[in-house]
Amino acid sequence: MNTLTRETRESDRSQAEQFITPPASVTEIGDGYMLEIEMPGVEKDGLDISFENNELTIIGRRSLPAVEGTLIHRESRPENFRRVFELDPSIDADKISAKIDQGLVTLTLPKAEHVKPSKITVS
Amino acid sequence: MKLIRYQAPESAPWSALDRWSNLRDELNSFFDMPFWSGFGRTGQLFTGWSPALDLYESGDHLVAVVELPGMRKEDIDISLHDGTLTISGERKRESNNAETAQRTERYVGTFRRSIALPTRVDASKVGATYQNGILKVTLPKAEEAKPKQIQVS
Repeated sequence: MNTLTRETRESDRSQAEQFITPPASVTEIGDGYMLEIEMPGVEKDGLDISFENNELTIIGRRSLPAVEGTLIHRESRPENFRRVFELDPSIDADKISAKIDQGLVTLTLPKAEHVKPSKITVS
Repeated sequence: MKLIRYQAPESAPWSALDRWSNLRDELNSFFDMPFWSGFGRTGQLFTGWSPALDLYESGDHLVAVVELPGMRKEDIDISLHDGTLTISGERKRESNNAETAQRTERYVGTFRRSIALPTRVDASKVGATYQNGILKVTLPKAEEAKPKQIQVS
């Protein structure tokens, strides 16, 4: 909720960049999570991923191919994509990896070593 | 149309708000479209996967641009019949027993978009490229559909 109110306050200023929220899927895999975010038209150079205060921010700026001709029907939106996630503290932020393929951003978030369930032996 | 968000300072986190911002974006784009647009996306609002399709027209081409992130070329089907371009396909879920879905917002399954083309095109010269999740279909206009200068003698 805090992230959302911050987003709203920032977007009220007219000079701020407008974004749309792309759909994302979260899956738990083994010892971590996989995040898939749809950002069509975004290339590797247009991706801006940052992590601060337990919040993972992913911004994708589109580089669309120039199409010759006049636009006669539009359904797509021209804005760039932005999605913010509040991460579970068990995730090791240093080991987050990301890749982008055909407009689909896949992030792998491994859990930190010490958080994995460990057996405690009774002496 | 814009929904004004009420900012309560100490509210509990409401993760479902993402759905509302998607709804707001969809409603905004619905009101941005001219009412006379004949392509009828209204019937597909809120129901399954309907990828965004843009149509461009130049002197000798029609270009359709469709947003299809995360697909494989082989799973996209493009066909042309009687002046209607149909783009369909299936996004398969790569299921893995070690995975458990926590939250799925992405559509999985089949989609189908049909668009009646405003001019006749040469079906044998249609080309398509798929890059960065954007499918671009280039349809050259049929000879008689191209604009021509007619000289007055």
